Amino acid sequence: MASSPPVPSWRAWLLLDVPKSSFQARCQRAYIGWLAFSSNPLALTGFLIILTLVLAAIFAPLITASDGLAPDLRNRLLPPSGEHWFGTDQLGRDIFDRIIWGARITLYIVGLVAIIVVPVGLVVGVVAGYMGGIVDQVLMRITDIFLAFPRLILALAFVAALGPGIENAVLAIALTTWSPYARIARAEALTIRRSEYIMAARTQGASLARILVSHVAPMCLASVIVRLTLDMAGIILTAAGLGFLGLGAQPPSPEWGAMISTGRQFILDQWWVPTMPGLAILIVSLGFNLLGDGLRDVLDPRGQER
Amino acid sequence: MIRAAGLDVRFGRGEGAVHAVRAVDFEVAPAGSIGLVGESGSGKSTVLRAIAGLVDDWTGTLEIAGEPLGRSRSRQFRREVQMVFQDPYGALHPRHAVDRILKEPLVIQGFDARDRRVEAALDEVGLDASFRYRFPHQLSGGQRQRVAIARALIIEPRVLLLDEPTSALDVSIQAEVLNLLQRLRRERALTYVLVSHNLAVVGHMCEHLVVMRDGDVVESMDVATLRRRSPTHPYTRQLFQASLGYDAAVIASFVDDL
Amino acid sequence: MTGADAPLIEVEDLHVGFRTPKGMVEAVRGVGFTLGREKLGIVGESGSGKSQTGRAILGLIAGNGAVRARKLRFAGIDLVDATPRTMRTIRGNRVSMVLQDPRYSLNPVMTVGRQIAEAFLVHHRASRRQAKERALEMLRAVRIRDPERVYRAYPHELSGGMGQRVMIAMMMIPQPDVIIADEPTSALDVTVSLQVLAILDDLVSSRGMGLILISHDLELVASFCDRVLIMYAGRVVESCAARDLSHARHPYTQGLLRSLPKIDAPVEELPTLQRDPSWAL
Repeated sequence: MASSPPVPSWRAWLLLDVPKSSFQARCQRAYIGWLAFSSNPLALTGFLIILTLVLAAIFAPLITASDGLAPDLRNRLLPPSGEHWFGTDQLGRDIFDRIIWGARITLYIVGLVAIIVVPVGLVVGVVAGYMGGIVDQVLMRITDIFLAFPRLILALAFVAALGPGIENAVLAIALTTWSPYARIARAEALTIRRSEYIMAARTQGASLARILVSHVAPMCLASVIVRLTLDMAGIILTAAGLGFLGLGAQPPSPEWGAMISTGRQFILDQWWVPTMPGLAILIVSLGFNLLGDGLRDVLDPRGQER
Repeated sequence: MIRAAGLDVRFGRGEGAVHAVRAVDFEVAPAGSIGLVGESGSGKSTVLRAIAGLVDDWTGTLEIAGEPLGRSRSRQFRREVQMVFQDPYGALHPRHAVDRILKEPLVIQGFDARDRRVEAALDEVGLDASFRYRFPHQLSGGQRQRVAIARALIIEPRVLLLDEPTSALDVSIQAEVLNLLQRLRRERALTYVLVSHNLAVVGHMCEHLVVMRDGDVVESMDVATLRRRSPTHPYTRQLFQASLGYDAAVIASFVDDL
Repeated sequence: MTGADAPLIEVEDLHVGFRTPKGMVEAVRGVGFTLGREKLGIVGESGSGKSQTGRAILGLIAGNGAVRARKLRFAGIDLVDATPRTMRTIRGNRVSMVLQDPRYSLNPVMTVGRQIAEAFLVHHRASRRQAKERALEMLRAVRIRDPERVYRAYPHELSGGMGQRVMIAMMMIPQPDVIIADEPTSALDVTVSLQVLAILDDLVSSRGMGLILISHDLELVASFCDRVLIMYAGRVVESCAARDLSHARHPYTQGLLRSLPKIDAPVEELPTLQRDPSWAL
């Protein structure tokens, strides 16, 4: 053992049978999850796609030559080349640069929706599932109402009332997306509340809030996150759809849906103008789906008993 | 220490209502131990849950140390009465490490010196400090049950409710856990209420037995009666004979109520 | 084909291993025994490999497992290299398995009677009516007093004991030579469990079958079976006639027997099992 190379020592630390602190225990858990996750090549592909998206968004100023907004009418509608990888659009802006800047908008939309949808869905679902009875009835009927709205139509109506713009589009998407999360969290909470560890917490005198927050919610979180990742593609598509209809992000913002919308008149002669942002949407949606499938295998408590 | 008189538990209302426990009476002296024995559906676990405050629909009288209990239980009650559950896999939160599982009751009950108490509690149930940061899935069934016992005892209760604490364990592990429970009871003058389907386990642990069937108390006796093999009720005798193992002639004489 | 006293199952040097992220884990390491027309008990604690031994005979090892044996035969037929087709004709037809919880083994959306009748039709050319007759007959054979009612019932309408009787009836339909029962009664109450075992006992002795009872319950196996194998860490540490179990020689068996609380012999402290690493070698 003395001659063991120093490099894998962090690995030994992560796989040690006897963790010495709760920090190490948590790292070990994450590492073992990562091992399972990374043994699935498709999930890893999805993860790399999303990682690329995030890195592109963070380092956009370094990757791009322009801000993707200023028109350059001398270079209108140039085909893909060494200088302009994805060509230029009708205002002479570099499409590659615009897609990179658009990654920020996409992440902004996705992040904002997640921040609204996950807590709302989790709170409604956990409370309804754990409390049961009249509380459950009321909360679930409210959820049903939101579940009954057609997503894009409600988003359209919402944006029409509040005016176009990314924030309103996000709000509209979030409003029509949270209800399935509440249902998932409720289903989990229903089974969890009968478990003996919840009874044990009750016999210790744990308050309702403590049981919900530190015992029930963490068990529901995994399925909610998996569902969220799988929903991301849909959210991106809805946002792009709103952008395409002119109800989401407004020109000259490099939002991918809006880019397709303005570029569609060139589809026959300058195919790259609408195609490149279309491909970006396709790949990122695919990435989220692959990631979601991989996460489900790792996080889903039922999957672990295989 | 604990007194139940005319304890009735009903689940549901109207047609589908189940009368799970009917007029159960028993009494346990301080530092005494009583065993509730019966087969599934006898209501023995329900009695335990009614005492623990996990079941609301009960009527009758329940007293702890002379204090009558109501529907909701005070924090003081929780401190004095703790419970150990049957399933060592289900009774520990799968995402909490042992350290957090043991600290939680200390936080709820407002104890200080938590780190020291966690160490002492682990030591007392025969687990060394290396277990402190492990997750339940890294422990064996017997180790989990020791953690569950440590969790119940860490806030120094006076009454321990045990719901089939060893029925999911291998017999060699069962012996270790039963010895642990016996030692803790001696050292801390604890009062035990033990629920089990296993007559031998109850006979080993308890001074007094209550045999239940279909929600009724069939027979109440002290352990000496059991050891003399002289229970009076035919159902108790049948249970007793069944606990001796397979004997085709004896089984043929069983009163069949499947 | 074979004489009445030829062994039904012969096992020699059976190994079952599983691939895990931490490497190969051997659950069964060199187990050997023979089964005639008798009741053989395999006893051990969790992780002793007793269930995997039973599954290996039927070729029911999970996908990441591998079975190897010098000899694994049923009625002279080699089971290690048997084709899936041969395995299918043996499994269920000549060797049946009864599992712990009948609720998971019965189809929840089909009546009990239909499932038994289907099982009969799989193995025999017969009309539906004959199949029903035969199913009712089997339900009577497992001492169900009201076979017509049980025939029409769905699995969730039956108690655990009744469900396990139905499972046994279903397994008996093809008239197998061997039944492997893996903890068949550990989900049942003790009196019900004994009644179910009594039914198995009758069927096995009246039809001259072989029975392998896999269980963690030493006393039950000792009183029920003819012969007992004690397994520890994937090996058979002791093999003896069931009635001689109280004179077991291996310290593991002795330790197990001592660690049981006894009603008429109270002790202050139960003797615990001191595990010797050499037992697992």
